[in-house]
Amino acid sequence: MKRPRLARLAVLSIMLAAGLSLAACQHESPQPWQLTDIAGHMPDLALSLTDDQGKAVTAADYRGKIALLYFGYTHCPDVCPLTLAQLHVVMQKLGTAADHVRILFVSVDPTRDTPAILHAYVAAFDPRAVGLTGAAAEIEALTKRYRAAFSREPGKADGSYEVSHSSGIYIFDANGKARLLATPTDPQDKMVHDLQLLLNTGSGT
Amino acid sequence: MSMRCLLILLIVGMLPIANLHATQSSQVTASHAWIRLLPANLPASGYVNLHNAGASAATLVSAHSAVYASVMLHQSSMDAHGMNNMTAVAQMSIPAHGSASLAPAGYHLMLGQPSHPLKPGDTVDITLDFADGSQLPVSFLLRPANAADPE
Repeated sequence: MKRPRLARLAVLSIMLAAGLSLAACQHESPQPWQLTDIAGHMPDLALSLTDDQGKAVTAADYRGKIALLYFGYTHCPDVCPLTLAQLHVVMQKLGTAADHVRILFVSVDPTRDTPAILHAYVAAFDPRAVGLTGAAAEIEALTKRYRAAFSREPGKADGSYEVSHSSGIYIFDANGKARLLATPTDPQDKMVHDLQLLLNTGSGT
Repeated sequence: MSMRCLLILLIVGMLPIANLHATQSSQVTASHAWIRLLPANLPASGYVNLHNAGASAATLVSAHSAVYASVMLHQSSMDAHGMNNMTAVAQMSIPAHGSASLAPAGYHLMLGQPSHPLKPGDTVDITLDFADGSQLPVSFLLRPANAADPE
């Protein structure tokens, strides 16, 4: 009879300790994130594309880095450059820590966006920005994976066409886990705050 | 009365008439005109703040430039699902005694096919065309792709 009683006591004390530490957690930081927390609601980073150097890449190539995934296209003169310019400002504010962050600009217009054009494009914004393109089916699968719909408008007489695309920026930790969702209208300081938190706490948490 | 006085009287007398027939462009002043320059001859975006000092609205209908073969008035918009769209628009109104802006993520001039290579720091002249046929030449400053706005 002595052993079960001891065991029960041990379980009780563990539960109490756990309860206390949980309460402490909630008390100190009920919600540390300023952007939208998507942990557990979006799948891990997974892709099989070609980068702007013409190299085949997968999500494994970005393990160890925080990844900012954004869908766009180079013939988008207004919103895409605005978003990338804002991400550049965020990277500047992160200082040297930005070396642990990569901007992954995935083209939803692979017909026009060759690795060479993508390279010139992303390099004009930030040295830590990577342009990604690939087979149309692969890109479509990726956008569906993150529910980032896009569509190509009917072509015009001069051969030009326009593309609609999601404006969200999906943030993955160094282990490729989906963590946060930002929109271009979120203040840059919110993203700086959350990225610093992700960088400081490490990716495992 | 000297010839000079007569001339002044004549000009002063004509002022109300001139004002009555003021063109839209003569009432509008442009400021903070800039272009986000993109690499690889990709289409760029032109932005400008417009102020209308006139008593009636001015309507921007198009723009043209000797440097860019293609200049289109566009508008970016975002729907409830966060989808971004860019559409050509026929006109943009600048209210009487008010302002309107071509600014990132809103109205902008989509600029394509430059006649020669451009670099940040250069300026490009673009003429704004108004509904009454009047025109307003504006000098746009070229800024790098990753330029922040506001500066």
